[in-house]
Amino acid sequence: MSGSAEHGSPGHGSQELESPGHDGAIEHAGSLRDYVTGFLLAVLLTAIPFWLVMAKVFFAQPGVTAAIIIALAVVQIVIHMVYFLHMNTRAEGGWSLLALLFTTMLVVIALSGSLWVMYHLDHNMMPTGSPMSMPGANPDPRNMP
Amino acid sequence: MSETRALPRYHLTTEHHPENGTLLGFWLYLMSDCLVFACLFAVYAVLGRHYAGGPTGAQLFDLPLVAVNTSLLLLSSITYGFAMLAMKGNRLRETLGWLALTGALGAGFIGLELREFTHLVADGAGPQRSAFLSSFFTLVGTHGLHVSFGIVWLVTLMLQLGRHGLTAANRRRVLCLSMFWHFLDVVWIGVFTVVYLLGVLP
Repeated sequence: MSGSAEHGSPGHGSQELESPGHDGAIEHAGSLRDYVTGFLLAVLLTAIPFWLVMAKVFFAQPGVTAAIIIALAVVQIVIHMVYFLHMNTRAEGGWSLLALLFTTMLVVIALSGSLWVMYHLDHNMMPTGSPMSMPGANPDPRNMP
Repeated sequence: MSETRALPRYHLTTEHHPENGTLLGFWLYLMSDCLVFACLFAVYAVLGRHYAGGPTGAQLFDLPLVAVNTSLLLLSSITYGFAMLAMKGNRLRETLGWLALTGALGAGFIGLELREFTHLVADGAGPQRSAFLSSFFTLVGTHGLHVSFGIVWLVTLMLQLGRHGLTAANRRRVLCLSMFWHFLDVVWIGVFTVVYLLGVLP
């Protein structure tokens, strides 16, 4: 696991560290400006949703609050990807971004598909006043899904 | 010598692998980890309101505590960033200092999370109480386990840095751990939004 042969023996200071072979690694570390910008944006995008919920700003319309905080979370994830993980079209010849986009697609399919299917399942399986629901079988109505 | 030259050769003499292939490989690992979390998020999204007559998220969640936890993790992300910058400038002691601070913030996060978990279990709201709590403990616990293993990795790496300095191999490791650490912060954005904030909405 020590430095591979082409990088020479490890531990021999600056000359090796400045070699062009490490461009990828050095490029990967962003600038101070990147980190501070990302951090400030992340703080803002964290504070707003917490404030919205803890101060019960829009509690009359929970749907609106939910939509806003989900949108802010998505923006904050992109901010983290760009400023902390240094995602761009050039990293690893574009393969990192391609893997990320593919994963995002799978995540969206898994999440939306699960919610869609299970919502309809719940809806169709909801116990009603039909003969199937026998008295005493479900004594606590709160047990219903 | 002429005999040697005549021998057939079955390998390329030129390096055709990309530089830093480790980073791409590690990124692919993170993406597969992302799919694990996506499945757990899907489970929570489906089961998160199935309380089985037990306590709801609005009754259980302590949002100020979650806000402190979120701040700790976010701060640990920027201190890791400072460690990366110190490493870029070949300042070993500064790198170690920022990494130690990152580890301390991560440990604080885990400590608060364990405190929350023990309170929930003591109040009878353990993972066996309802589908909501099972999925809650699985999702948040998996994230917490990742952070814990990240801290173990961080301590190991600091020992290696102390012993061998900023070698090429150690730089690669610091870089991989930085991706892991920032990735866990990204997952936490999903956790505090979907589990805690959406969980207490009426």
